[in-house]
Amino acid sequence: MSALVLRAGRVSARLDRRALVAMAVLAVVGLGLALLGLCHGARMATPSQVLLALVGRGDSVVVIRDWRLPRVAAGLVFGAALGVAGALFQNLTRNPLGSPDVIGLDAGAYTGALIAITVLSAAPTQLAVSSVIGGLATAAVIYALSLRSGLSSMRLIVIGIAVNATLTAVNTWIVLRAELEVAMAATGWSAGSLNGVDWAEVRLPFAIIAVLLVVLAARAPAVQQAALGDSLAVTSGVDLGRLRLLMMLVGVAATATVTAVAGPIVFIALAAPQIGRRLAGAPGVPLLPAALTGAVLLLAADIAAQMLLAPISLPVGVVTTAIGGCYLIWLLAREVGRP
Amino acid sequence: MTSDTAGRVAVLATALAALAALAVASLVVGARGVAPAEVLRAFTDFAGTDDHLIVRGHRAPRTGLAICVGAALAVSGALIQAMTRNPLAEPGIIGATSGAAFAVVLGSAFGLAAAQGAELALAVAGAAVATLVVFAVGRTSPLRLVLTGVALSTTLAGVSLGMRLMLPEVFDHFRFWSVGSLAGREQAPLAVPVTAMAVALAGALLVSRRLGAIALGENVAHALGVHVGRTRVLTLALVTVLAGAATAVAGPIAFVGLIVPHLARRLAGGSVPWLVAHAIVLGPMLVVAADTLSRVLLPTGEVPVAIVTSFLGGPALIWVVRRYGAVAL
Repeated sequence: MSALVLRAGRVSARLDRRALVAMAVLAVVGLGLALLGLCHGARMATPSQVLLALVGRGDSVVVIRDWRLPRVAAGLVFGAALGVAGALFQNLTRNPLGSPDVIGLDAGAYTGALIAITVLSAAPTQLAVSSVIGGLATAAVIYALSLRSGLSSMRLIVIGIAVNATLTAVNTWIVLRAELEVAMAATGWSAGSLNGVDWAEVRLPFAIIAVLLVVLAARAPAVQQAALGDSLAVTSGVDLGRLRLLMMLVGVAATATVTAVAGPIVFIALAAPQIGRRLAGAPGVPLLPAALTGAVLLLAADIAAQMLLAPISLPVGVVTTAIGGCYLIWLLAREVGRP
Repeated sequence: MTSDTAGRVAVLATALAALAALAVASLVVGARGVAPAEVLRAFTDFAGTDDHLIVRGHRAPRTGLAICVGAALAVSGALIQAMTRNPLAEPGIIGATSGAAFAVVLGSAFGLAAAQGAELALAVAGAAVATLVVFAVGRTSPLRLVLTGVALSTTLAGVSLGMRLMLPEVFDHFRFWSVGSLAGREQAPLAVPVTAMAVALAGALLVSRRLGAIALGENVAHALGVHVGRTRVLTLALVTVLAGAATAVAGPIAFVGLIVPHLARRLAGGSVPWLVAHAIVLGPMLVVAADTLSRVLLPTGEVPVAIVTSFLGGPALIWVVRRYGAVAL
């Protein structure tokens, strides 16, 4: 096997060469897209101008560093967070369809965020906290409703879809009310959008996502162990109950943090883990390829949303919804073909 | 058997009375409340006051439309559930209504949907294509069917939102096509789709007996002299005409075809003709109630009626999924 084993004292990591290559390629593509995203705009900049501006020199420092960079960074970080959340939930439900956006966690987090905006004063902390609470409450409801049939069934997903439908209706109602009271233009935001993201908005979410990823990285070996099957995980010393709770919490928190800033962006959590898995040629649904693929996908979708009709930029959620629906149908159609 | 029939007739009569009460409420409630006595006077002793004009010009036709749309969607759901023996099948869930709405929007952009007949044809064609695609992909299990339908609806919704944002001057006019609503629709000329719905509802009552035979199994149906293939094609045609016409009138409204047949089945027992008859009364009750509610949910303005039905429909879907838990879903 083309595997590399790193050992440092008691810690050891086994790295598959194909996965390493895939992740390196993803990282390079991500950086390339980031450069493209920084160059693209009402006034195109050359790559050298961008690099100069990043170190604080040239005429376009404000445009590049304060306007475009937060959006590009948000695309990468939020994409990674969504990809990880999707991988966690697909691991938990053992189903490629069991991702947070399909089962309504995005919608629940969005309900929390909307309540923070319309009822509370919409400070970043309030936004983050109430969207996490919304996501957790939704997860708890879905879990309670599908307890009898088990976590890994198709029924959980259809119950999630039903919860999603109800919550989306509630969200639309809140937005309609808010539009009347606060005159908040939310059509774009309710589709999920990175338009007009600035540093002040993303600082706290970035910090939260960093903490979540560190927590998760510490437990990554156990997550991989758990993916091999319950009995194997238990015999190799994994506390499954606590691990599952942690995975659920991190997944919901990552989804909710992104939703609080950017609105519900679907499809990334659904597709990134599966695409990453295939690229890395790995068994199960590994986390790191999912994160890298998510970052690349969201940034690419956001750049496409800006380019499709240049002066206006579409909400990125529109692009991801259209592509994501097709991907979902394809996923289902392929499974039908199988015996 | 006769006592069965008498019971069903009694239930149906009660439901009709309730529908009449809801219709009156729908005439009374709105941005400007009109007293019931004034509503009555608007019909018997028309004086041309503002109240009378509102009742006769807006609320009465709108209530009529709500009744038609409710009946069409509910019967469409009842037929497709009976035909596929899938408790989760429903024109909204299987994507027929979104397909119809998308086809109309697309057609209008190319200037094809100017006449009522053309609009109806587009809607029915869209519903038919969406239904066939979703059944082709999701036929293996009821839950898969739901997923496929939701995926298709989401995709179409995303594409039409994108088109609307890209070409606002062309598509903003079709805002209501993304979320079903009855507000202001009573002003549009709708004779053709309403006639189509009435004809298709009559057809549904005629085909329901044969559908009941098919529900017993194909062999039994053959033995009873029912042409299975022909009945299926006819049912599918009725389903798409009903869903397409309802969408042409009110935009995509989901879950009515799911909630109503499940309630109607409790009243109708196992009989498909009675199921259809009950759905024709219960469907309008739901849509008229939801439409009335949609006028009071916001301090000013209205919530689209599809938002109300989808708020009610989510819990209904959960209930159905859990109830049929023992059956292999």
